[in-house]
Amino acid sequence: MNLHEYQAKQLFAQYGLPVSEGVAAKTPKEAAAAADAIGGDKWVVKAQVHAGGRGKAGGVKLVSSKDEIMEFAKAQLGTNLVTYQTDEKGQPVNIILVETCTDIAQELYLGAVVDRASRRITFMASTEGGVDIETVAENTPEKILKAEIDPLVGAQPYQARQLAYKLNLNPTQVKQFTKIFLGLAAMFEDKDFALLEINPLVITSEGNLHCLDGKIGIDGSAVLRHPDLQDMYDPTQEDERERLAAEWDLNYVALDGNIGCMVNGAGLAMATMDIIQLKGGKPANFLDVGGGATKERVIEAFKIILSDESVEAVLVNIFGGIVRCDLIAEGIIGAVEEVGVKVPVVVRLEGNNAELGKEVLRKSGLNIIAADGFNDAAEKVVASVGGA
Amino acid sequence: MSVLINKDTKVICQGFTGAQGTLHSEQAIEYGTKMVGGVTPGKGGTTHLGLPVFNTVAEAVEATDADATVIYVPAAFCKDSIIEAADAGIELIVCITEGIPTIDMLYVKEYVVRKGVRLIGPNCPGIITPGECKIGIMPGHIHQVGKVGIVSRSGTLTYEAVHQTTALGFGQSTCIGIGGDPIPGTTFIDALELFQNDPQTEAIIMVGEIGGTAEDEAAAYIKEHVTKPIVSYIAGVTAPEGKRMGHAGAIIAGGKGTAAEKFAALEAAGVKTVANPSEMGIALKELTGW
Repeated sequence: MNLHEYQAKQLFAQYGLPVSEGVAAKTPKEAAAAADAIGGDKWVVKAQVHAGGRGKAGGVKLVSSKDEIMEFAKAQLGTNLVTYQTDEKGQPVNIILVETCTDIAQELYLGAVVDRASRRITFMASTEGGVDIETVAENTPEKILKAEIDPLVGAQPYQARQLAYKLNLNPTQVKQFTKIFLGLAAMFEDKDFALLEINPLVITSEGNLHCLDGKIGIDGSAVLRHPDLQDMYDPTQEDERERLAAEWDLNYVALDGNIGCMVNGAGLAMATMDIIQLKGGKPANFLDVGGGATKERVIEAFKIILSDESVEAVLVNIFGGIVRCDLIAEGIIGAVEEVGVKVPVVVRLEGNNAELGKEVLRKSGLNIIAADGFNDAAEKVVASVGGA
Repeated sequence: MSVLINKDTKVICQGFTGAQGTLHSEQAIEYGTKMVGGVTPGKGGTTHLGLPVFNTVAEAVEATDADATVIYVPAAFCKDSIIEAADAGIELIVCITEGIPTIDMLYVKEYVVRKGVRLIGPNCPGIITPGECKIGIMPGHIHQVGKVGIVSRSGTLTYEAVHQTTALGFGQSTCIGIGGDPIPGTTFIDALELFQNDPQTEAIIMVGEIGGTAEDEAAAYIKEHVTKPIVSYIAGVTAPEGKRMGHAGAIIAGGKGTAAEKFAALEAAGVKTVANPSEMGIALKELTGW
């Protein structure tokens, strides 16, 4: 689960980190009023979407009057912002962050991730702030400084100092950096972050460190234990079908092909997409119905798959370990009847009660193509859409 | 011979009296696993499935001399359950539960490593030595006593590999599901080392997927240390970047962790890779001449 910039900054403020004074506004009027509340004569207005590259896409503007703020808010709110990180539809803008203006002397980068290979929360810092950090890592890896946090000991001040001196900070800034580093490390653990990025972390013209942007990703498995973060969930930033699927505990990812897939198990679901492509077809989605697939969930899965209008056939691939194939078969029949499935459905059942499941399908009298094995299923479904 | 478990392995279950614990303990007992009891705090002193229930793992170990535990408790309590088992002197901990927060796993993994305790999972089907001991949720009947060691990040793809090697009559020595999470207790390298040293295992099937660098690290290890024939399939050639494909660990991030990268690394290490997941068994047959 991702947070908006304004939400990330609220968390930063809670942990005593330096952020600009700002107001998240939902209407042009609120945005203009925010300028009065904040004071000053220059502000930055920023469209709030779950994507980077907002500046280049026109989603960030330096303004010096309330009219300009109104104009920006009117132009942005209710539209979709398309950046190099979004798809061609872009992400909806529902909130504008109005902030005090910060004079920048230098831009730094500070971020953290869970590094899988070292099994550590790993901080990355660089003097190359304000630009795409992946490009920096690719071209000049020596400019990325790292610090790994031992999970049983936690972040230590020396690690912050080590980074700060290498960033050529002055003694006052080293102290500021240490406070920011330790605060972020505490937040990362307390709030179950998966990803954290402050790009840029700036040195202001007065020489102080300041968090000018904030990007936070929360570990989806941990959201339940953070009621405060649950309140920050913004469903408008999610794909509609993926969001619906999640409500039914189904894992769905939309792709751009025409063969819908319903599979149990994430690995097998990916393998099913792969084999469809190998046979000359194009998968329309990833969908894992999970281990505890009930009839109701299979019906919902069908509805979600078929709500994608480009789907011309569906491949159901079930290897029953926990899940019983006869229950899946009943679910398929229920779905075909209830949803009114018009496209060919190829079904491969294997494992737990597979024979019984096949029997149930045969007796249904419905137009379901039974497949004999994984490979056969892929060939049949690709053939059914006239491919390969 | 087999790896990690055999017919004498004494197994307890944490979350024994819950729905999952009950269902899979019944099936394990039916398969022949030496289940010796279970743990459910508050139900100590009672009997479940004909076996004693204990309040704590320490009591269970004291009374039954258990070597291994299988954990079905909800994700929020798994950190506690795994550390409890490690502290009680259990040598092999198998955690089936999906959805454990990654931060919890950072602590847990470090803790078990420092204790010298083997953890398999989480978010995995478990481990089975066919004909001897089944710890986890895999369907026992598809397995066959044999000579292929199988290691996989995916449950259902483990079953595919099992199904294919059973159909060809090769059977399996031991199958280890290492799970789909970003921080697994047991890695590919751990499993490969066990299989390389196990006389019963004559060949290996390794099933990977997108996300992380575990397969690349395995490839480097294979080049140096594994002499047995290996067939490998990596799921997710068609997966888009930046999307989590079901498993918490299955995500291509910043262009890294693609299937193509992993296939290339394994090929370079001398592994026979297959693009078609239904051909793992056939490829093994060709590779070994069986």
